Amino acid sequence: MSVRVLRPGLLTTLQDHGRQGLQHVGLCPGGAMDPVALALANALVGNEAGEAALEITVIGPELSFEEEALVALCGAEFDGSFPHNRPVLAPAGSRFNVGHAARGARAYLAVAGGFAVAPVLGSRSTYLPGHFGGFQGRSLKHGDALELRDPGASGRFAKLKKTRNGTVKWSAPPFTLPDREPILVHVLEGQHFASFDSNAQRSFFDTVWKIAPASNRMGFRLSGPALVRSDQDEILSGPTARGSVQVPADGTPIALMADHQTTGGYPRIAEIVSADVARLAQLAPGGTVHFARCDLGMASELRHDSKERLSAALRGIAWNYGQ
Amino acid sequence: MAKKAIEPKAVVPLGDCAAYIEFADKLDLEVNAFVQQLAATVQARAKPWMRDVVPALGGIALHYDPDHPDVHGDALEAAAILVQECMKDEAVAEVAPARTVEVPVCYEREFAPDIEEVARQMKLDPAEVARLHAAGEYRVLMIGFAPGHAYMSGLDAKLAVPRRATPRALVAPGAVAIANEQTVVYPYAISGGWSVIGRTPVAVFDAAREAPSLLAPGDRVRFRPISADEFMALKK
Repeated sequence: MSVRVLRPGLLTTLQDHGRQGLQHVGLCPGGAMDPVALALANALVGNEAGEAALEITVIGPELSFEEEALVALCGAEFDGSFPHNRPVLAPAGSRFNVGHAARGARAYLAVAGGFAVAPVLGSRSTYLPGHFGGFQGRSLKHGDALELRDPGASGRFAKLKKTRNGTVKWSAPPFTLPDREPILVHVLEGQHFASFDSNAQRSFFDTVWKIAPASNRMGFRLSGPALVRSDQDEILSGPTARGSVQVPADGTPIALMADHQTTGGYPRIAEIVSADVARLAQLAPGGTVHFARCDLGMASELRHDSKERLSAALRGIAWNYGQ
Repeated sequence: MAKKAIEPKAVVPLGDCAAYIEFADKLDLEVNAFVQQLAATVQARAKPWMRDVVPALGGIALHYDPDHPDVHGDALEAAAILVQECMKDEAVAEVAPARTVEVPVCYEREFAPDIEEVARQMKLDPAEVARLHAAGEYRVLMIGFAPGHAYMSGLDAKLAVPRRATPRALVAPGAVAIANEQTVVYPYAISGGWSVIGRTPVAVFDAAREAPSLLAPGDRVRFRPISADEFMALKK
Protein backbone atom coordinates (compact mmCIF):
# COMPACT_ATOMS: atom_id res chain seq x y z
CA MET A 1 0.00 0.00 0.00
CA SER A 2 2.74 2.51 0.69
CA VAL A 3 6.29 3.59 1.36
CA ARG A 4 6.94 3.52 5.11
CA VAL A 5 9.51 5.69 6.87
CA LEU A 6 11.65 3.62 9.28
CA ARG A 7 14.08 6.50 9.91
CA PRO A 8 13.44 9.97 8.46
CA GLY A 9 17.02 11.16 7.89
CA LEU A 10 18.10 14.76 8.51
CA LEU A 11 15.53 16.59 6.38
CA THR A 12 13.39 14.60 3.96
CA THR A 13 10.57 16.52 2.26
CA LEU A 14 8.41 16.14 -0.81
CA GLN A 15 9.41 18.65 -3.50
CA ASP A 16 8.32 19.16 -7.09
CA HIS A 17 8.93 21.92 -9.66
CA GLY A 18 7.46 24.50 -7.26
CA ARG A 19 4.65 27.09 -7.33
CA GLN A 20 5.05 29.86 -9.90
CA GLY A 21 3.10 33.08 -9.91
CA LEU A 22 2.58 33.71 -6.18
CA GLN A 23 5.53 35.95 -5.39
CA HIS A 24 3.16 38.93 -5.48
CA VAL A 25 1.46 37.48 -2.36
CA GLY A 26 4.87 36.91 -0.77
CA LEU A 27 5.18 33.20 -1.54
CA CYS A 28 8.39 32.05 -3.24
CA PRO A 29 8.23 29.33 -5.92
CA GLY A 30 10.08 26.84 -3.67
CA GLY A 31 10.33 23.30 -5.02
CA ALA A 32 13.41 21.12 -5.51
CA MET A 33 16.74 22.75 -4.59
CA ASP A 34 18.29 20.78 -7.50
CA PRO A 35 15.60 20.66 -10.23
CA VAL A 36 18.02 18.92 -12.63
CA ALA A 37 18.43 15.89 -10.35
CA LEU A 38 14.65 15.91 -9.77
CA ALA A 39 14.01 15.80 -13.54
CA LEU A 40 16.46 12.89 -14.00
CA ALA A 41 14.95 10.85 -11.15
CA ASN A 42 11.48 11.39 -12.58
CA ALA A 43 12.55 10.46 -16.12
CA LEU A 44 14.06 7.19 -14.85
CA VAL A 45 10.67 6.08 -13.50
CA GLY A 46 8.61 7.45 -16.41
CA ASN A 47 7.20 10.52 -14.62
CA GLU A 48 6.85 14.10 -15.84
CA ALA A 49 10.02 16.12 -15.06
CA GLY A 50 8.36 18.21 -12.34
CA GLU A 51 6.58 15.43 -10.41
CA ALA A 52 7.05 15.45 -6.62
CA ALA A 53 9.84 13.27 -5.22
CA LEU A 54 11.51 12.94 -1.82
CA GLU A 55 14.25 15.53 -1.39
CA ILE A 56 16.84 13.85 0.83
CA THR A 57 19.37 16.05 2.64
CA VAL A 58 22.87 14.94 3.79
CA ILE A 59 21.63 12.08 6.02
CA GLY A 60 19.20 9.85 4.16
CA PRO A 61 16.14 8.00 5.41
CA GLU A 62 15.55 4.29 5.77
CA LEU A 63 12.45 3.25 3.87
CA SER A 64 10.43 0.09 3.41
CA PHE A 65 8.32 -0.58 0.36
CA GLU A 66 5.14 -2.39 1.33
CA GLU A 67 4.34 -3.05 -2.29
CA GLU A 68 6.42 -3.30 -5.42
CA ALA A 69 7.50 0.11 -6.70
CA LEU A 70 9.69 1.42 -9.50
CA VAL A 71 12.06 3.89 -7.86
CA ALA A 72 15.06 6.05 -8.82
CA LEU A 73 17.53 8.03 -6.71
CA CYS A 74 19.42 10.91 -8.38
CA GLY A 75 21.53 13.85 -7.26
CA ALA A 76 23.98 13.48 -4.38
CA GLU A 77 25.77 10.15 -3.90
CA PHE A 78 24.79 8.43 -0.68
CA ASP A 79 26.74 5.55 0.83
CA GLY A 80 23.74 3.30 1.62
CA SER A 81 22.31 0.27 -0.13
CA PHE A 82 20.30 2.11 -2.75
CA PRO A 83 21.64 2.06 -6.36
CA HIS A 84 21.99 5.55 -7.86
CA ASN A 85 20.96 7.14 -11.16
CA ARG A 86 19.07 4.11 -12.50
CA PRO A 87 15.57 2.65 -12.33
CA VAL A 88 15.22 0.12 -9.52
CA LEU A 89 12.29 -2.22 -9.10
CA ALA A 90 11.92 -2.39 -5.31
CA PRO A 91 10.10 -5.64 -4.49
CA ALA A 92 7.23 -5.71 -2.00
CA GLY A 93 8.67 -5.90 1.51
CA SER A 94 12.11 -4.53 0.57
CA ARG A 95 13.99 -2.08 2.80
CA PHE A 96 16.54 0.50 1.77
CA ASN A 97 18.88 2.57 3.86
CA VAL A 98 19.91 5.61 1.82
CA GLY A 99 22.85 6.35 4.15
CA HIS A 100 25.02 9.46 4.34
CA ALA A 101 25.93 11.82 1.50
CA ALA A 102 29.42 11.03 0.19
CA ARG A 103 29.40 13.58 -2.66
CA GLY A 104 26.86 16.38 -2.98
CA ALA A 105 24.17 17.23 -0.42
CA ARG A 106 20.73 16.50 -1.87
CA ALA A 107 19.25 13.50 -3.65
CA TYR A 108 15.78 12.93 -5.10
CA LEU A 109 13.91 9.67 -4.74
CA ALA A 110 11.13 9.41 -7.31
CA VAL A 111 8.53 6.63 -7.58
CA ALA A 112 6.67 5.71 -10.75
CA GLY A 113 3.28 7.43 -10.77
CA GLY A 114 4.26 9.83 -7.97
CA PHE A 115 3.21 10.17 -4.34
CA ALA A 116 -0.45 10.54 -3.43
CA VAL A 117 -0.55 13.93 -1.71
CA ALA A 118 -2.94 16.73 -2.64
CA PRO A 119 -1.41 19.74 -4.39
CA VAL A 120 -1.62 23.00 -2.41
CA LEU A 121 -1.69 26.20 -4.50
CA GLY A 122 -0.77 24.17 -7.57
CA SER A 123 2.20 22.24 -6.19
CA ARG A 124 3.07 19.21 -4.05
CA SER A 125 6.17 20.94 -2.67
CA THR A 126 6.56 21.20 1.09
CA TYR A 127 6.82 24.81 2.23
CA LEU A 128 8.29 24.36 5.70
CA PRO A 129 7.92 27.95 7.04
CA GLY A 130 4.17 27.92 6.21
CA HIS A 131 3.56 24.31 7.28
CA PHE A 132 1.75 23.47 4.06
CA GLY A 133 2.23 21.37 0.94
CA GLY A 134 3.93 18.01 0.55
CA PHE A 135 3.29 15.46 3.28
CA GLN A 136 1.25 17.28 5.98
CA GLY A 137 3.29 20.44 5.43
CA ARG A 138 6.37 19.04 7.19
CA SER A 139 9.49 16.92 6.82
CA LEU A 140 9.05 13.15 7.18
CA LYS A 141 9.03 11.47 10.58
CA HIS A 142 9.47 7.92 11.79
CA GLY A 143 6.34 5.88 11.07
CA ASP A 144 4.98 8.04 8.22
CA ALA A 145 3.37 6.07 5.40
CA LEU A 146 3.33 7.69 1.96
CA GLU A 147 0.73 6.34 -0.42
CA LEU A 148 1.53 5.97 -4.11
CA ARG A 149 -0.74 7.73 -6.59
CA ASP A 150 -0.63 4.97 -9.18
CA PRO A 151 0.39 1.66 -7.58
CA GLY A 152 0.19 -0.07 -10.99
CA ALA A 153 2.75 2.29 -12.56
CA SER A 154 5.71 -0.05 -12.02
CA GLY A 155 4.02 -2.62 -14.28
CA ARG A 156 5.08 -0.59 -17.32
CA PHE A 157 8.65 -1.56 -16.57
CA ALA A 158 8.03 -5.29 -16.13
CA LYS A 159 11.19 -6.22 -17.96
CA LEU A 160 13.27 -4.95 -15.05
CA LYS A 161 12.06 -8.04 -13.20
CA LYS A 162 14.15 -10.21 -15.49
CA THR A 163 17.32 -8.24 -14.68
CA ARG A 164 19.70 -8.86 -11.80
CA ASN A 165 18.76 -6.93 -8.62
CA GLY A 166 15.78 -5.35 -10.36
CA THR A 167 17.95 -2.71 -11.98
CA VAL A 168 19.90 -2.07 -15.17
CA LYS A 169 23.54 -1.66 -16.20
CA TRP A 170 23.15 1.84 -17.66
CA SER A 171 22.79 4.97 -15.57
CA ALA A 172 21.97 8.68 -15.90
CA PRO A 173 24.83 11.21 -15.55
CA PRO A 174 25.02 13.04 -12.17
CA PHE A 175 25.95 16.39 -13.70
CA THR A 176 25.05 18.72 -10.85
CA LEU A 177 27.57 17.04 -8.52
CA PRO A 178 30.87 18.78 -7.76
CA ASP A 179 33.91 17.08 -9.35
CA ARG A 180 36.13 19.11 -7.10
CA GLU A 181 35.81 22.04 -4.75
CA PRO A 182 35.65 24.96 -4.72
CA ILE A 183 32.92 24.81 -7.35
CA LEU A 184 32.75 27.70 -9.80
CA VAL A 185 29.48 29.63 -9.84
CA HIS A 186 28.74 32.44 -12.31
CA VAL A 187 27.09 35.65 -11.17
CA LEU A 188 25.86 38.91 -12.62
CA GLU A 189 26.78 42.04 -10.67
CA GLY A 190 23.89 42.83 -8.35
CA GLN A 191 22.00 46.12 -8.26
CA HIS A 192 24.08 47.37 -5.32
CA PHE A 193 27.50 46.03 -6.39
CA ALA A 194 28.84 49.56 -6.85
CA SER A 195 27.91 50.54 -3.29
CA PHE A 196 30.53 48.12 -1.89
CA ASP A 197 34.07 49.41 -1.44
CA SER A 198 36.70 48.24 -3.91
CA ASN A 199 38.17 45.77 -1.40
CA ALA A 200 34.78 44.14 -0.92
CA GLN A 201 34.19 44.04 -4.69
CA ARG A 202 37.56 42.34 -5.19
CA SER A 203 37.27 39.92 -2.31
CA PHE A 204 33.81 38.81 -3.39
CA PHE A 205 35.43 37.35 -6.52
CA ASP A 206 38.79 36.36 -4.97
CA THR A 207 37.50 34.52 -1.92
CA VAL A 208 36.85 30.79 -1.66
CA TRP A 209 33.55 30.99 0.27
CA LYS A 210 32.51 28.27 2.66
CA ILE A 211 28.87 27.26 3.18
CA ALA A 212 28.16 28.05 6.86
CA PRO A 213 26.26 25.64 9.13
CA ALA A 214 23.33 28.10 9.44
CA SER A 215 22.28 27.36 5.85
CA ASN A 216 18.99 25.86 4.76
CA ARG A 217 16.42 25.74 1.97
CA MET A 218 15.84 29.51 2.41
CA GLY A 219 19.44 30.58 1.97
CA PHE A 220 23.12 29.65 2.19
CA ARG A 221 25.26 31.81 4.47
CA LEU A 222 28.76 32.19 3.08
CA SER A 223 31.67 32.45 5.48
CA GLY A 224 34.69 34.45 4.44
CA PRO A 225 35.80 38.06 4.83
CA ALA A 226 33.14 40.61 5.85
CA LEU A 227 32.05 42.67 2.84
CA VAL A 228 31.96 46.36 3.67
CA ARG A 229 29.90 48.94 1.85
CA SER A 230 31.39 52.34 1.11
CA ASP A 231 27.90 53.77 1.35
CA GLN A 232 26.04 52.77 4.51
CA ASP A 233 22.64 54.14 3.48
CA GLU A 234 19.68 51.89 4.14
CA ILE A 235 18.33 50.21 1.03
CA LEU A 236 14.63 50.47 0.24
CA SER A 237 13.24 46.91 0.46
CA GLY A 238 13.09 45.49 -3.04
CA PRO A 239 12.38 42.22 -4.78
CA THR A 240 14.72 39.23 -4.70
CA ALA A 241 15.00 36.07 -6.76
CA ARG A 242 16.42 32.60 -6.30
CA GLY A 243 20.17 33.14 -6.53
CA SER A 244 20.22 36.74 -5.25
CA VAL A 245 23.25 37.27 -2.99
CA GLN A 246 22.39 39.72 -0.20
CA VAL A 247 24.80 41.25 2.27
CA PRO A 248 23.35 42.17 5.69
CA ALA A 249 25.06 44.75 7.90
CA ASP A 250 27.43 42.16 9.43
CA GLY A 251 29.02 41.71 5.97
CA THR A 252 28.25 37.97 5.63
CA PRO A 253 26.73 37.24 2.22
CA ILE A 254 23.60 35.08 1.97
CA ALA A 255 22.74 33.30 -1.31
CA LEU A 256 18.96 33.00 -1.54
CA MET A 257 17.82 29.46 -2.34
CA ALA A 258 14.49 27.72 -3.15
CA ASP A 259 12.42 28.93 -0.14
CA HIS A 260 13.79 32.48 -0.26
CA GLN A 261 11.98 35.56 1.00
CA THR A 262 10.33 37.43 -1.89
CA THR A 263 11.65 40.89 -0.94
CA GLY A 264 14.55 42.06 1.14
CA GLY A 265 16.07 45.21 2.55
CA TYR A 266 19.72 44.19 2.29
CA PRO A 267 21.95 45.25 -0.62
CA ARG A 268 22.34 42.62 -3.33
CA ILE A 269 25.97 42.31 -4.39
CA ALA A 270 25.38 39.62 -7.03
CA GLU A 271 22.80 37.44 -8.77
CA ILE A 272 23.69 33.79 -9.39
CA VAL A 273 22.79 32.66 -12.91
CA SER A 274 19.99 30.09 -13.14
CA ALA A 275 22.26 27.47 -14.77
CA ASP A 276 24.45 27.32 -11.65
CA VAL A 277 21.85 27.37 -8.86
CA ALA A 278 21.34 23.57 -8.92
CA ARG A 279 25.09 22.93 -8.56
CA LEU A 280 25.32 25.33 -5.62
CA ALA A 281 22.41 23.45 -3.99
CA GLN A 282 24.61 20.34 -3.99
CA LEU A 283 27.04 21.89 -1.49
CA ALA A 284 26.60 20.85 2.14
CA PRO A 285 27.74 23.08 5.01
CA GLY A 286 31.55 23.19 4.79
CA GLY A 287 31.43 22.96 0.99
CA THR A 288 33.29 25.67 -0.92
CA VAL A 289 32.47 27.93 -3.85
CA HIS A 290 34.03 30.79 -5.72
CA PHE A 291 32.27 33.27 -7.92
CA ALA A 292 33.08 34.36 -11.47
CA ARG A 293 31.62 37.47 -13.06
CA CYS A 294 29.54 37.04 -16.20
CA ASP A 295 27.03 39.00 -18.28
CA LEU A 296 23.51 38.18 -19.46
CA GLY A 297 24.81 36.79 -22.76
CA MET A 298 27.01 34.29 -20.99
CA ALA A 299 24.24 33.49 -18.50
CA SER A 300 22.05 32.58 -21.42
CA GLU A 301 24.78 30.41 -23.01
CA LEU A 302 25.29 28.60 -19.71
CA ARG A 303 21.52 28.10 -19.40
CA HIS A 304 21.25 26.71 -22.92
CA ASP A 305 24.21 24.38 -22.32
CA SER A 306 22.71 23.00 -19.14
CA LYS A 307 19.27 22.60 -20.75
CA GLU A 308 20.89 20.79 -23.67
CA ARG A 309 22.85 18.48 -21.33
CA LEU A 310 19.64 17.65 -19.47
CA SER A 311 17.63 16.97 -22.62
CA ALA A 312 20.45 14.78 -23.99
CA ALA A 313 20.38 12.81 -20.73
CA LEU A 314 16.59 12.51 -20.94
CA ARG A 315 16.86 11.27 -24.55
CA GLY A 316 19.47 8.76 -23.36
CA ILE A 317 17.10 7.46 -20.71
CA ALA A 318 14.28 7.14 -23.27
CA TRP A 319 16.63 5.36 -25.68
CA ASN A 320 17.76 2.89 -23.02
CA TYR A 321 14.16 2.11 -22.15
CA GLY A 322 13.47 1.52 -25.83
CA GLN A 323 16.15 -1.20 -26.07
CA MET B 1 -1.87 58.28 -15.20
CA ALA B 2 0.55 60.02 -12.85
CA LYS B 3 0.45 63.55 -11.50
CA LYS B 4 4.20 64.02 -11.59
CA ALA B 5 6.66 62.60 -14.08
CA ILE B 6 7.38 59.10 -12.86
CA GLU B 7 9.97 57.40 -15.04
CA PRO B 8 11.97 54.20 -14.67
CA LYS B 9 15.29 55.03 -12.99
CA ALA B 10 16.86 51.62 -13.57
CA VAL B 11 16.17 48.29 -15.24
CA VAL B 12 18.14 45.74 -13.27
CA PRO B 13 18.46 42.03 -14.07
CA LEU B 14 17.59 39.90 -11.02
CA GLY B 15 19.59 37.02 -12.42
CA ASP B 16 18.63 35.75 -15.89
CA CYS B 17 14.98 34.95 -15.10
CA ALA B 18 13.72 38.26 -13.69
CA ALA B 19 14.07 42.02 -13.97
CA TYR B 20 13.51 44.82 -11.49
CA ILE B 21 12.21 48.04 -12.95
CA GLU B 22 12.90 50.70 -10.35
CA PHE B 23 11.09 54.03 -10.18
CA ALA B 24 12.34 55.27 -6.79
CA ASP B 25 15.09 54.19 -4.41
CA LYS B 26 13.53 56.06 -1.46
CA LEU B 27 10.03 55.55 -0.10
CA ASP B 28 7.63 57.83 -1.97
CA LEU B 29 3.93 57.13 -1.43
CA GLU B 30 2.93 58.62 -4.77
CA VAL B 31 5.43 56.42 -6.64
CA ASN B 32 4.26 53.44 -4.57
CA ALA B 33 0.61 53.97 -5.59
CA PHE B 34 1.72 54.38 -9.22
CA VAL B 35 3.74 51.15 -9.06
CA GLN B 36 0.73 49.20 -7.72
CA GLN B 37 -1.47 50.49 -10.52
CA LEU B 38 1.21 49.78 -13.12
CA ALA B 39 1.70 46.23 -11.79
CA ALA B 40 -2.04 45.61 -12.19
CA THR B 41 -1.83 46.87 -15.78
CA VAL B 42 1.19 44.67 -16.56
CA GLN B 43 -0.51 41.68 -14.94
CA ALA B 44 -3.60 42.28 -17.08
CA ARG B 45 -1.49 41.88 -20.23
CA ALA B 46 -0.81 38.26 -19.16
CA LYS B 47 2.10 37.68 -21.53
CA PRO B 48 2.85 33.97 -21.96
CA TRP B 49 6.52 34.47 -21.00
CA MET B 50 5.70 36.21 -17.70
CA ARG B 51 5.77 34.06 -14.57
CA ASP B 52 4.97 36.70 -11.98
CA VAL B 53 4.54 40.45 -11.56
CA VAL B 54 5.59 41.66 -8.12
CA PRO B 55 4.89 45.26 -7.10
CA ALA B 56 7.47 46.39 -4.52
CA LEU B 57 7.82 49.66 -2.61
CA GLY B 58 9.52 51.60 -5.40
CA GLY B 59 9.34 49.39 -8.49
CA ILE B 60 8.13 46.24 -10.15
CA ALA B 61 9.80 42.85 -10.48
CA LEU B 62 8.91 40.77 -13.51
CA HIS B 63 9.79 37.09 -13.32
CA TYR B 64 9.93 35.43 -16.73
CA ASP B 65 10.94 32.50 -18.91
CA PRO B 66 14.02 33.91 -20.69
CA ASP B 67 13.81 31.20 -23.39
CA HIS B 68 10.21 31.83 -24.43
CA PRO B 69 10.11 32.43 -28.22
CA ASP B 70 8.10 35.67 -27.79
CA VAL B 71 11.02 37.45 -26.08
CA HIS B 72 13.36 36.77 -29.04
CA GLY B 73 16.35 36.03 -26.83
CA ASP B 74 16.21 39.27 -24.83
CA ALA B 75 13.74 38.95 -21.96
CA LEU B 76 15.17 41.96 -20.10
CA GLU B 77 14.44 44.17 -23.13
CA ALA B 78 10.98 42.61 -23.57
CA ALA B 79 10.19 43.34 -19.90
CA ALA B 80 11.36 46.96 -20.19
CA ILE B 81 9.31 47.48 -23.37
CA LEU B 82 6.21 45.90 -21.82
CA VAL B 83 6.43 48.23 -18.82
CA GLN B 84 6.93 51.29 -21.07
CA GLU B 85 3.86 50.29 -23.10
CA CYS B 86 1.79 49.80 -19.96
CA MET B 87 2.82 53.25 -18.70
CA LYS B 88 1.27 54.78 -21.83
CA ASP B 89 -1.83 52.63 -21.52
CA GLU B 90 -4.43 54.93 -19.99
CA ALA B 91 -7.29 52.55 -20.71
CA VAL B 92 -6.04 49.71 -18.55
CA ALA B 93 -5.03 52.03 -15.74
CA GLU B 94 -8.48 51.84 -14.13
CA VAL B 95 -8.18 49.67 -11.04
CA ALA B 96 -10.77 48.61 -8.51
CA PRO B 97 -11.24 51.17 -5.73
CA ALA B 98 -9.23 50.37 -2.62
CA ARG B 99 -10.89 47.95 -0.20
CA THR B 100 -10.92 48.61 3.52
CA VAL B 101 -9.97 45.54 5.54
CA GLU B 102 -10.58 45.42 9.27
CA VAL B 103 -8.07 43.41 11.29
CA PRO B 104 -8.94 42.59 14.92
CA VAL B 105 -5.95 42.98 17.26
CA CYS B 106 -5.52 42.14 20.93
CA TYR B 107 -3.08 44.62 22.53
CA GLU B 108 -3.09 42.97 25.99
CA ARG B 109 0.32 42.28 27.55
CA GLU B 110 0.43 38.52 26.87
CA PHE B 111 0.05 39.27 23.14
CA ALA B 112 2.28 42.36 23.12
CA PRO B 113 5.80 41.47 24.35
CA ASP B 114 7.31 44.82 23.29
CA ILE B 115 4.49 47.27 24.09
CA GLU B 116 6.00 48.40 27.41
CA GLU B 117 9.41 48.98 25.86
CA VAL B 118 7.84 51.00 23.03
CA ALA B 119 5.85 52.98 25.60
CA ARG B 120 9.04 53.71 27.58
CA GLN B 121 10.98 54.71 24.47
CA MET B 122 8.24 57.02 23.21
CA LYS B 123 7.30 58.31 26.72
CA LEU B 124 3.73 57.07 26.48
CA ASP B 125 1.46 54.81 28.48
CA PRO B 126 1.11 51.28 26.98
CA ALA B 127 -2.66 51.85 26.66
CA GLU B 128 -1.90 55.02 24.66
CA VAL B 129 0.39 53.00 22.33
CA ALA B 130 -2.51 50.62 21.65
CA ARG B 131 -4.98 53.49 21.21
CA LEU B 132 -2.73 55.36 18.76
CA HIS B 133 -2.04 52.20 16.75
CA ALA B 134 -5.74 51.29 16.52
CA ALA B 135 -6.72 54.87 15.62
CA GLY B 136 -4.57 54.91 12.50
CA GLU B 137 -5.69 54.42 8.92
CA TYR B 138 -3.13 52.34 7.10
CA ARG B 139 -2.37 51.57 3.48
CA VAL B 140 -0.67 48.40 2.21
CA LEU B 141 2.53 49.44 0.40
CA MET B 142 3.84 45.97 -0.47
CA ILE B 143 3.30 42.28 0.22
CA GLY B 144 6.72 40.75 0.62
CA PHE B 145 9.36 38.99 2.70
CA ALA B 146 6.97 36.18 3.71
CA PRO B 147 3.54 34.99 2.44
CA GLY B 148 0.83 37.57 3.13
CA HIS B 149 3.31 39.81 4.99
CA ALA B 150 2.07 43.37 4.35
CA TYR B 151 4.13 46.52 4.85
CA MET B 152 1.68 49.30 5.80
CA SER B 153 2.17 53.06 5.98
CA GLY B 154 0.21 55.37 8.23
CA LEU B 155 1.73 54.72 11.64
CA ASP B 156 1.44 57.71 13.96
CA ALA B 157 4.82 59.47 14.19
CA LYS B 158 4.51 59.22 17.99
CA LEU B 159 5.00 55.44 17.59
CA ALA B 160 7.87 55.54 15.09
CA VAL B 161 10.41 53.42 17.02
CA PRO B 162 13.53 52.20 15.18
CA ARG B 163 13.95 48.47 14.49
CA ARG B 164 14.99 46.42 17.51
CA ALA B 165 18.77 46.12 17.88
CA THR B 166 18.41 42.35 18.26
CA PRO B 167 15.62 40.67 16.29
CA ARG B 168 13.38 38.24 18.18
CA ALA B 169 14.28 34.65 17.24
CA LEU B 170 10.59 33.85 16.83
CA VAL B 171 7.52 36.06 16.81
CA ALA B 172 4.04 34.55 17.22
CA PRO B 173 1.94 33.98 14.06
CA GLY B 174 -0.31 37.03 13.66
CA ALA B 175 2.06 39.27 15.66
CA VAL B 176 1.36 42.96 14.90
CA ALA B 177 4.59 44.92 14.93
CA ILE B 178 5.84 48.45 14.28
CA ALA B 179 9.03 50.21 13.19
CA ASN B 180 9.90 53.46 11.39
CA GLU B 181 6.35 54.76 10.68
CA GLN B 182 5.20 51.39 9.32
CA THR B 183 3.32 48.43 10.70
CA VAL B 184 3.29 44.75 9.71
CA VAL B 185 1.50 41.53 10.65
CA TYR B 186 3.73 38.43 10.73
CA PRO B 187 2.09 35.41 9.05
CA TYR B 188 4.05 32.66 10.78
CA ALA B 189 6.38 32.09 13.68
CA ILE B 190 9.46 33.64 12.06
CA SER B 191 12.38 35.76 13.18
CA GLY B 192 11.47 39.45 13.25
CA GLY B 193 13.22 42.72 14.01
CA TRP B 194 10.12 44.89 14.61
CA SER B 195 8.53 45.66 17.99
CA VAL B 196 5.50 43.45 18.68
CA ILE B 197 2.64 45.45 20.21
CA GLY B 198 -0.31 43.10 19.61
CA ARG B 199 -1.57 40.00 17.87
CA THR B 200 -4.43 39.17 15.51
CA PRO B 201 -6.29 35.84 15.61
CA VAL B 202 -6.94 36.15 11.86
CA ALA B 203 -4.64 34.24 9.47
CA VAL B 204 -3.00 36.80 7.17
CA PHE B 205 -2.02 33.90 4.87
CA ASP B 206 -3.97 30.67 4.52
CA ALA B 207 -3.02 28.39 1.64
CA ALA B 208 -6.46 26.74 1.82
CA ARG B 209 -8.37 30.02 1.40
CA GLU B 210 -9.57 31.12 -2.04
CA ALA B 211 -7.55 34.33 -1.68
CA PRO B 212 -4.63 33.05 0.42
CA SER B 213 -3.39 36.53 1.35
CA LEU B 214 -5.76 38.56 3.55
CA LEU B 215 -4.26 41.82 2.29
CA ALA B 216 -3.29 43.14 -1.13
CA PRO B 217 -1.21 46.14 -2.22
CA GLY B 218 -3.28 49.32 -2.02
CA ASP B 219 -5.73 48.02 0.61
CA ARG B 220 -6.80 50.38 3.39
CA VAL B 221 -6.44 48.70 6.76
CA ARG B 222 -7.97 49.46 10.15
CA PHE B 223 -7.09 47.65 13.35
CA ARG B 224 -9.96 46.92 15.77
CA PRO B 225 -8.90 46.41 19.40
CA ILE B 226 -10.25 43.20 20.92
CA SER B 227 -10.01 41.57 24.35
CA ALA B 228 -8.09 38.38 25.12
CA ASP B 229 -11.42 36.53 25.36
CA GLU B 230 -12.47 37.79 21.95
CA PHE B 231 -9.04 36.75 20.60
CA MET B 232 -9.58 33.20 21.86
CA ALA B 233 -13.13 33.10 20.47
CA LEU B 234 -12.02 34.32 17.02
CA LYS B 235 -9.02 31.99 17.02
CA LYS B 236 -11.42 29.01 17.06
